[in-house]
Amino acid sequence: MLKTAKSRRRIVFEKMIPGILLAIASISIITSIGIVLTLVVDASHFFREVSLAEVFSTNLAPLRAKDPSFGFLPLIMGTIMTSLVAMVVAVPLGLMAAMYLSEFVKPNTRRILKPIIEVLAGIPTIVYGFFAYNIVTPLLMKLIPDLGAKNALSPGIVMGIMIIPIITSLSEDAMSSVPKIIREGAYGLGSTKLETTVKVIIPAAISGIIASFVLAISRAIGETMIVTIASGSSKKFTTSIIEPMQTMTAYIVEFTSGDAGSGTIGYYSLYAVGLILFIFTLCMNLLAKYIIKKYRREY
Amino acid sequence: MAKTSVPEVHRAHTFIDPVKAHQRVQRRVLMNKIAHWMFSFTIVFALAVLGVLFYSIIRDSIGWLDWEFLTGKLSIRPEKAGIKGVIMGTLLLMAVVAPVTLFIGVATAVYMEEYSKKGVIQSAININISNLAGVPSVIFGLLGLTVFGRFFNLGSSVLAGGLTLSLLVLPNVVVASQEAIKAVPNSLREASYGLGATKWVTLVKVVIPNALPGIMTGSILALSRAIGETAPLVVLGIPTLIMKVPTNIMDDFTALPIQIYYWTLDTVLTEEYANLAAATIIVLLGTLFILNSLAIYIRNKFQRRY
Repeated sequence: MLKTAKSRRRIVFEKMIPGILLAIASISIITSIGIVLTLVVDASHFFREVSLAEVFSTNLAPLRAKDPSFGFLPLIMGTIMTSLVAMVVAVPLGLMAAMYLSEFVKPNTRRILKPIIEVLAGIPTIVYGFFAYNIVTPLLMKLIPDLGAKNALSPGIVMGIMIIPIITSLSEDAMSSVPKIIREGAYGLGSTKLETTVKVIIPAAISGIIASFVLAISRAIGETMIVTIASGSSKKFTTSIIEPMQTMTAYIVEFTSGDAGSGTIGYYSLYAVGLILFIFTLCMNLLAKYIIKKYRREY
Repeated sequence: MAKTSVPEVHRAHTFIDPVKAHQRVQRRVLMNKIAHWMFSFTIVFALAVLGVLFYSIIRDSIGWLDWEFLTGKLSIRPEKAGIKGVIMGTLLLMAVVAPVTLFIGVATAVYMEEYSKKGVIQSAININISNLAGVPSVIFGLLGLTVFGRFFNLGSSVLAGGLTLSLLVLPNVVVASQEAIKAVPNSLREASYGLGATKWVTLVKVVIPNALPGIMTGSILALSRAIGETAPLVVLGIPTLIMKVPTNIMDDFTALPIQIYYWTLDTVLTEEYANLAAATIIVLLGTLFILNSLAIYIRNKFQRRY
């Protein structure tokens, strides 16, 4: 076969393609390394100057000119409380919706109803933030007179609404993938739909359901705009959800938009909080994966 | 001991009280009905939330959302404020995010599906992508601030914001493109090889064109996620009030979600800012609605089933 210059060029080009594509594909790996490096390097400046005992104290006053203090427990508590409220809203509603869609309605109806739940996940979080602050908080104030204009309850509830679709769609997938034979076995013994769902389907799909809860928590911990807008920037350590609180994410937003000068200890504290947040969510995500892998039943 | 009648167990089985049994069945059926009602209530609840959300936003924006609002410039005085520059900022962001994510996303997916052997590199990229998808968006903001903002000295320009958002939604584009490429049947590839085409030519002329509807749907959905994101941009340090309309990707800018954020915060000062925020939300939701409809249209119209 005659090898012209053109075909030789083509062969060389053809051989280079995988290398070029691999280089582009590695951008995602570089991004991960970049995230970890950014957080660890800049957080290390912070941890060199601030002792761990101070970090795990409740005294947070980053902007105090003389002797600022960086105890992150108020932020961690804020994150835990808002996420807890969100889960109290999202777990029952999300799971009930999943049971309904998976076991109680016909596939055709499911196709119409499922998007209604999923629209909730498509609304930008900033819109939810506006909703929490301007609509839900005033509404709740009528029920709870002591409620502050900024509080942990209202963003928690709205965040719960936002994460319902995560629980619903993952749990529904897990429940739908339980084989029909098992379901029919239960019906054949005379079970009602409810009994089949609660006593047979849920135990069979439990790994997927628990994993959906864990992913939902992870999402709530990392959620930023709703809590930044509606739960305030109080640095006080409190467990009362009707008071203002600041979450880890809201702290990061407050500090960057307040433009703490680069190189100050306050600036590096952002990365320390970011690192803690990153570790929190990463653990949650890995836990969810572990649960799915370890407890999955094969049929 | 002498009392030897029917043993306890047998008796229970022999004499089922039909009335009690019937009651029990009725109770179980009733429970089932109640559960059915309660569960369907969740759908009603979702609808109600959406209803209240849309109703209150539309109510707040009536009288504020008009042509002057869409084409005017930002202003401190609420009644004069317009969002021309803000819309421009979001459009410029899209102009950065769309090509960047499409290029990197499709190249990554092609490498994973067509070139890489099942092995260390492939599973490393796979695990990596699924982990990246779980990283909170505010952390991407810190990455963008450090790498694009400070290291590459892009500050808070459209380019810095766009690249940050691109990294954020990249996993979505990669996964969607992978699915689309996987769905192209092997027989098409083999036909192309059989005609003497090389691997690259097959990719460009057969595989990618056939996967394109899936790729486009995924990319448009990713784009609509990107333009709704606020946290990474706020962390980048987008200034509060930019009067100048941005014209190129090196300009400082503000985008729809950021403006909603600042106006919502400013509601404490002047109540009218809530109306401006609501009107801007309508514009943002309208844009998202159009993008999502486009994605669904492309999926239904062009998606081939093999």
